[in-house]
Amino acid sequence: MKKLLILGAGTAGTMMANKMRKTLSRTEWDITIVDQFKTHYYQPGFLFIPFGIYKKSDVVKPKNDFFPVGVNVIFSEIDKIEPNDNRVILADGVSLKYDYLLIATGTRTAPEETEGLKGKLWYKEIFDFYTIDGAVALADFFKTWKGGKLVVNITELPYKCPVAPLEFVFFADAFFTERGMRDKVEITYVTPLPGAFTKPRATKMLGELLEQKNINIVPDFNISEVDNDNKKIIDFGGTEIPFDCLVTIPTNLGADCIETSGLGDDMNFVKTDKYTLQQVDYNNIYVIGDAANIPTSKAGSVAHFAAEIVEENLLCAIEGRELTANFDGHANCYIETGYGKGTLIDFNYDTEPLPGSFPFPGLGPFGLLKVTRTNHYGKLLFRWIYWHILLKGKDMPIESEMQMAGKKL
Amino acid sequence: MSIKTIAGVDINVNDEGYMEDASQWTKEIAKEIAKEEGVELSDKHFEVIEFVRGKVAAGEGLTIRGIGKSGVVNAKEFYALFPGAPLKKATKISGVPKPTSCI
Repeated sequence: MKKLLILGAGTAGTMMANKMRKTLSRTEWDITIVDQFKTHYYQPGFLFIPFGIYKKSDVVKPKNDFFPVGVNVIFSEIDKIEPNDNRVILADGVSLKYDYLLIATGTRTAPEETEGLKGKLWYKEIFDFYTIDGAVALADFFKTWKGGKLVVNITELPYKCPVAPLEFVFFADAFFTERGMRDKVEITYVTPLPGAFTKPRATKMLGELLEQKNINIVPDFNISEVDNDNKKIIDFGGTEIPFDCLVTIPTNLGADCIETSGLGDDMNFVKTDKYTLQQVDYNNIYVIGDAANIPTSKAGSVAHFAAEIVEENLLCAIEGRELTANFDGHANCYIETGYGKGTLIDFNYDTEPLPGSFPFPGLGPFGLLKVTRTNHYGKLLFRWIYWHILLKGKDMPIESEMQMAGKKL
Repeated sequence: MSIKTIAGVDINVNDEGYMEDASQWTKEIAKEIAKEEGVELSDKHFEVIEFVRGKVAAGEGLTIRGIGKSGVVNAKEFYALFPGAPLKKATKISGVPKPTSCI
């Protein structure tokens, strides 16, 4: 039996296990997936928890519900990958051989990387919302908060779901307005980027939304430390911003086993060919999802679009053909803007988010770089699609390659 | 793209003043660009510049974290050497492209 080994059973790994089990012959291929955790989180739902829209039970299911029959599942930490010997060593010393390895170990938040972030105010007046514990703690805090300075700070790039912090401040504006206390809450968005987003048109559109909603933005801020006693964040240049409640997007790092295996960059993201999605030094290792260091968003949509590319290239490699699929970096993100509305961006390595309609040119139903009610329903509907279609590796009516039709230059 | 005379040499630069061809770079050019950015170059600056040029030549990405871990300077020292926007200034002075953030 030949062996395909998948590391990580999050969105990307689970999707690939489902796809490959359908594609590869059961008599010839053994598929194994490894993850340290037994719970699958619907991560796009974390954003809704602090504002009481979702609760914890809305975003958790057992991982075991999503694996296909005929895949071996191992719940264990991974110690390291030994690519020269084509094997992976688990935390208890067990060694797993592979013919092909698929790395989908994702990214994790690392608040310990910033001095003072995990100090005495952690989960008292300082929160993250990229973990279930942080999102739930923040929901409890907001229930009784009397207002003050709400500071949302992105620590450094890259970070998962780049639009979520913007959605967070849009939601906060609506949440405190609806509670009749918006005048008591000063919202400030503090980012290392030069503006609200990276690319010109989306930055302009989202920057104007911030302004309309009376949300301050502090760009070019690279946090150095948190002063817990005086409740301030300080950047390397000495700029200080006071807070009463700090919501942090901590440093994102790849898995520790990537570092010990020597396959990653200085943030433990796997060095990956951005077109073929192979690890740059080992052609029998493929990388998908947040674990890869490719220059596009760390987001579920990217993993979804990349899945078709990885599947095709893996089959090419297995059959000894030249790799035929090239990833374009396609990302597609619904952005909640509050009050039951949302906007949408669709882009890739070469094309910035443009205005228009999606997925059908001229018809939509979704509007690109427009604030509409339909976009918001698209995001809510997505939770169902995620659990029932996406994770199971079934086809969706959206091309993996970004389409220019429907976009206005 | 346009041509700018820096330290007596015609250099190809982009709209933001970043050099288009890293091989045209010399220490004299670096000093001139640094002056425009309000930076007086010391030996320590040149150590950082050497690291930056090496990373780019190797096709690797540049981040403040990466430079802070380089062993040449830590992040705070990097900010002190190139005040304000250290990565933008350091790359401009090093004659390499402005780092892009891709999210």
